[in-house]
Amino acid sequence: MALTFDRIQSDTIAAIATSTAEAGIGIVRLSGPDAFSITGNIFRNQEGKAVSISGWKSATIHYGFIVDPDAEDEKLDEVLVSILRSPHSYTTEDTIEINTHGGSYVEHRVLELVLRKGARLAEAGEFTKRAFLGGRIDLSRAEAVMDLIRSQNEFARKTSLACLEGSVEAKVKKLRSGLLYEIAFIESALDDPENYSLEGYPSKLDHILTEMIDELDRLLLFSKSGRVLTEGIDTVIAGKPNAGKSSLLNELSGSERAIVTEIAGTTRDTLEETVRIRDDYDSEILLHLTDTAGIHNTADAVEKIGVQRALKAIEHAQLILFVLDISRELNEEDIRIAEKLKSFGTRKKTIALLNKSDLPGRITKEDVRNIIPDSSPVISISLETGMGIRELKNEISRMFRLGDIQNSNEVFLANIRQCTLAQDARDSLALVRQSIRKGMPEDFFSIDLRNAYTSLGLIIGEEVEDDLVNEIFSRFCLGK
Amino acid sequence: MDHSFHIKTEICVIGAGHAGCEAALAAARLGFDTVIFTMNTDSIAMMPCNPHIGGSSKGHLVREIDALGGEMGKNIDRTFIQSKMLNRSKGPAVHSLRAQADKARYSESMRQVLENQNHLEIRQGEVTDLLTQTGPDGRPEIIGVRLYSGTVYDCRIVILCTGTYLNARCLVGETITETGPSGMQKSTWLKKSIESLGIPTRRFKTGTPARMDGRSLDYSKMTIQHGDQVVEPFSYSTDPAAVQIEQVPCYLTYTNEKTHEIIRANLDRSPIYAGIIEGTGPRYCPSIEDKVVKFAEKTRHQVFIEPEGRGTNEMYVDGMSSSMPDDVQQQMYRTVPGLEHCRIVKNAYAIEYDCISANELKLSLETKKVSGLFCAGQFNGSSGYEEAAAQGLIAGINAVQKLRGREPLILKRSEAYIGVLIDDLVTKDNREPYRMMTSRAEYRLLLRQDNADLRLRKYGYEVGLITRKQYEYVCWKQQKIRDEIKRLKTTKVGAAKENQEYLASIGSTPIRTATSLAELLCRPEITYPLLKGLESVSHFDSVKAAEKCSTWNSTDTRQAFEGPFSLPESVTEEVEIDIKYEGYIERERKQVEQFNKLENRKIPADIDYDDVESLRLEARKKLMDFRPSSIGQASRIAGVNPADIAVLLIYLEKKKKMESGSVSRQ
Repeated sequence: MALTFDRIQSDTIAAIATSTAEAGIGIVRLSGPDAFSITGNIFRNQEGKAVSISGWKSATIHYGFIVDPDAEDEKLDEVLVSILRSPHSYTTEDTIEINTHGGSYVEHRVLELVLRKGARLAEAGEFTKRAFLGGRIDLSRAEAVMDLIRSQNEFARKTSLACLEGSVEAKVKKLRSGLLYEIAFIESALDDPENYSLEGYPSKLDHILTEMIDELDRLLLFSKSGRVLTEGIDTVIAGKPNAGKSSLLNELSGSERAIVTEIAGTTRDTLEETVRIRDDYDSEILLHLTDTAGIHNTADAVEKIGVQRALKAIEHAQLILFVLDISRELNEEDIRIAEKLKSFGTRKKTIALLNKSDLPGRITKEDVRNIIPDSSPVISISLETGMGIRELKNEISRMFRLGDIQNSNEVFLANIRQCTLAQDARDSLALVRQSIRKGMPEDFFSIDLRNAYTSLGLIIGEEVEDDLVNEIFSRFCLGK
Repeated sequence: MDHSFHIKTEICVIGAGHAGCEAALAAARLGFDTVIFTMNTDSIAMMPCNPHIGGSSKGHLVREIDALGGEMGKNIDRTFIQSKMLNRSKGPAVHSLRAQADKARYSESMRQVLENQNHLEIRQGEVTDLLTQTGPDGRPEIIGVRLYSGTVYDCRIVILCTGTYLNARCLVGETITETGPSGMQKSTWLKKSIESLGIPTRRFKTGTPARMDGRSLDYSKMTIQHGDQVVEPFSYSTDPAAVQIEQVPCYLTYTNEKTHEIIRANLDRSPIYAGIIEGTGPRYCPSIEDKVVKFAEKTRHQVFIEPEGRGTNEMYVDGMSSSMPDDVQQQMYRTVPGLEHCRIVKNAYAIEYDCISANELKLSLETKKVSGLFCAGQFNGSSGYEEAAAQGLIAGINAVQKLRGREPLILKRSEAYIGVLIDDLVTKDNREPYRMMTSRAEYRLLLRQDNADLRLRKYGYEVGLITRKQYEYVCWKQQKIRDEIKRLKTTKVGAAKENQEYLASIGSTPIRTATSLAELLCRPEITYPLLKGLESVSHFDSVKAAEKCSTWNSTDTRQAFEGPFSLPESVTEEVEIDIKYEGYIERERKQVEQFNKLENRKIPADIDYDDVESLRLEARKKLMDFRPSSIGQASRIAGVNPADIAVLLIYLEKKKKMESGSVSRQ
């Protein structure tokens, strides 16, 4: 659902600003033109008298009580009320924070009261939306807050926090100011050749651009892996019927979700589940698992659909866990899957799992290596005994370089929009470098330098483009 | 009872400098009775400063003026004494034509054009008052002007082009004279009348170097600077053969440490550094004092010695404008090689004058506060003849458009340097005289001096300053360019021995397989004319191609084209640029698309900024003052940041949705 347009900023919003867990203090926050009058209606000082809140100084705290004026001023809680006047608040609007005694019951009663008195319940991220629209924070920080609200695991939360502190902004700003200097230098030299010489400049610029390109490449590389961490890995479990796919899903998710039987072809549909696994170094990984029906030629109509879905799921996956049954010879179905995987080349990562390794083997690791994509790891597991599962988790972590990333202080771009723009900027810089090496006159450099400058500016909202409105609305609708 | 003598006309142009001349000519040529006022008819189109027209980015302006139907390009083609295409070693975007003018003849020639123009009257005299009445919308509207003599000209439009005359004074050291440029009478009374209409004025200054007796200079100590062997005219209407004349040289010399020492030692006697000058000067056209102070590390500065005309010995000392006292001027000039025994004819001086902030104007150059009052030239805070002429032309055109009840001609930044110039003046916060520069144009690979006709002729034609025949020629040219590009892209040459030998002979590398002419043209060492050598062995059926290409049927233009490689240079030049720089041009086009999206998001004229709730106070005030016409223009106002633009975009979107919502409910 799109944001309702007529609500924008004409009203006062309220929400519980602290976490829902039991805590010492709970804060109910109000923001908007009526924040002061609504609070004035329900706040009483130490003597139990109504006071004029609009007379309070900004950034001050006041002791008193929240009462229900419709119930003969029944006291709801003893509170501290802080006041922030527009534009010196997070949202840049008049803001009130009511510090209640913790406990979700009290908080909720106070919230209900302010809603009854004219405030509207804030939508997810709405305080941030107002902060952005009020010019208080830039787009990358606003996005970070949205991501924080949505973040599903510890790493995602950490990344969003770093973004919120402006690390992306700082990095992008630095690159931009470097570019601006070069653009300005070229322009000055064109307008005032007497005082600014371009002698030897192209090779100097080439050097500067190479450094910037490397920096953007690093940023993009880490962001890509970083996105895996924040957004999770799309993973497909593939294998012929009864190889143990559903058991693997259950093992990883720790539940009996898929029906596991000895009859081949039990899973006719695809099953999907998001699971959180940890490696030995306590790195947390989010897997979006899809268990597919075995890929084999079948006449069964229902199963046929399942097989098609399985192939489709593989198309979209980043990681394929290829389960093989070592108690049976490799057959045509195994080969078909392997060929399918091979056709993706290095675009997808594959781990081959030799299941039922507790039983006598009919196939060896070597047999499997010969049919799967080059340098894909092969791990012996047993879903009966739990053997090899730890190794599997560590392998996934290693493949996606999760440890490196989680322990580094690198900056990450939070989402696809930012990554696309950074990639655009990088490509533009590469074009400038190409112009230099082709010996083009200096005035040609500006076109692509400006493009790079604009792309970077769009990341942090220092440049505006027409589709910004859609961008903002699509961002702020998420997480609802 | 008003007893004054009344004369009726439609448009009054105040000032006959470069802006005034273009404004008056445009208005009269479009059939409206126009009177142009000047302090002195001998100062029509006077060049009180440098003796050249054009130069980096200014050459672009002249070409654009010409493409729209202005006079400046034609007039300099008639009166130039040297011409040069600058920056030939750089990309085509920064090529720029510059011509030395014979000042006296330039002025005389323009005066003749004015004198012989139907619907146009020249009147010497000082305009002291703008006469207005309250219009239907409550704003004042122009009804006439009053001269110092008391005579009133009734009119509906006034175009103010007062240049540097308004309340002017000239400074040479401690000496101050209350005159306009070059000793002309200043305008004393008009300023009050302008201010009484609620339009505030401010004070700018500019300066000019000394003129010297050419016989006292030793040119053997300088580097001679010749014009181009083959001269390219400014105007698309000038016959190229007519401009291949005998040219007069210029000379290059340099200041030195001794010059700088003298200046430093006497800074306290410079009116600027002594604090006598109140006006703000141009940073980009600094006096020699400014250069010595600002570039303290430089040991020398360029000085160009340029003739003022064929009929005078006076030489202009370009690069050394100054407001030092007489004795210091003589001392400092005489340190420059070649100037050791110079005799000064006219001193360098600084001039201060009143002008307005162009923020008072709409993009049409009409004032926001007074209906029918247009402004152009240095009065709007610009500097330079070309900048003035460009505004004059647009003000003249838009004055007429207003009387016709039509939409004004507003050129976008992506269409013309004139668009950049006017948008910068009107939208940005300019605190010094504004000079056109290449760097101010974002899309300069598209806004080249060579394609001004392709960009702008259609507007000149729509307005009525360009004839049908002239316009049809441009359409023909456009078609030919497209056809020829297609031909070069589809015609391939093989790796035959003759071709390889030919390529080697012109310093290029062999081809391996069949290659299109367009691909070969992309090689830096290959120019369009060199392709001819390959064509002869390509077995290209020229007759068939000519038939295919020739879709234009205008009789007089068609005969110019008879087959491949017989196209005029004006066509092949465009073809070569379009092919050689295709990728860059394409990327710049994309930038323009993005830019136009914001330009095309119009802000309704009746928007109530108080209704846009989360705008910051500063932005709200700026937007209320400017009342920008589009989101694009709003984004260029100083003090309005991207977050404000986002707020505005959302507000407009919200309004649009609500309005369309209420319609659908009915």
